[in-house]
Amino acid sequence: MKFAIVQFPGSNCDQDCLAALRGIAGIEAEYVWHKETSLGDCDAIVLPGGFSYGDYLRCGAIARFSPIMRAVVAEARAGKLVIGICNGFQILCEAGLLPGALVRNRSLHFVCDLVTTRVEANDSPFLRGLPFGSLLRMPIAHGEGCYFTDEATLRELNERQQVLLRYCDPSGRVASAANPNGSIENIAGICNRARNVFGLMPHPDRACEERLGSGDGRKIFESMRETLAIARAA
Amino acid sequence: MKAKVFVMPKESVLDPQGAAVREAMQHLGFAAARDVRIGRCVEIDLAGDAATHEAKLRELCRDLLSNPVIEDYRLEMPNEKHSDVS
Repeated sequence: MKFAIVQFPGSNCDQDCLAALRGIAGIEAEYVWHKETSLGDCDAIVLPGGFSYGDYLRCGAIARFSPIMRAVVAEARAGKLVIGICNGFQILCEAGLLPGALVRNRSLHFVCDLVTTRVEANDSPFLRGLPFGSLLRMPIAHGEGCYFTDEATLRELNERQQVLLRYCDPSGRVASAANPNGSIENIAGICNRARNVFGLMPHPDRACEERLGSGDGRKIFESMRETLAIARAA
Repeated sequence: MKAKVFVMPKESVLDPQGAAVREAMQHLGFAAARDVRIGRCVEIDLAGDAATHEAKLRELCRDLLSNPVIEDYRLEMPNEKHSDVS
């Protein structure tokens, strides 16, 4: 199972992603430079966190036009699994692969914390074995992570169970006090209609070992591996 | 010949930066500031006949300079008195 990690100028979680993925049995991971035009023979695509292009203009706004993004969009439309973490989530929104946008945190502060999120859907290829209501603890580190979308899109996201993760308190209650950035309805992660593109602000890549605070992030990558294994066997 | 693009957060989008600046204005005794919204202005120095670039600039406003989910833009072509709102 080969994962391609796209490196943009300013990506800074590419190494975290590589280390996390290579630490999971059955997953190979390689970098792909943003100037490339092909993702090769990868099975899944990771857009890592960071500050691509210095976050100039808007987060992800310039990375979205990197040469590799044409291939990412084509592969996403063809059904390949794509996960965008933090800045990667922002890029997926800017590229139109996910609805909505990520704006400045309501507090105006950069937040760096370990948060709890609640799984909000049952049939995601990224959350196998994690039924509705499961809790995942992962770190966040962002200044622009406040998810925003218009009401019509929000309704659609809810109706189609495209909200995959919401910020919650340690007991699993989705409360405004547990919302670290002002995201609409505590949204921490969403997927596209086809469910193969996932964007989230928390970092599963930095939560793959208990001794680093949480191992819950592994479950997301392992779920992707299972999904790919099942697709391969079929 | 410079074209200017003014990008503003949509009314429906919370602008915490604007709110913080409004508060500072009130601390400075300017109670008349009811609402402050902060956007960005992009100046583009154009080669050749500015008018011929308008269509392409409009496309760039929509695709690159603004994000229509959260922002509106206004393009001001050189020597233009009034301009269009997106």
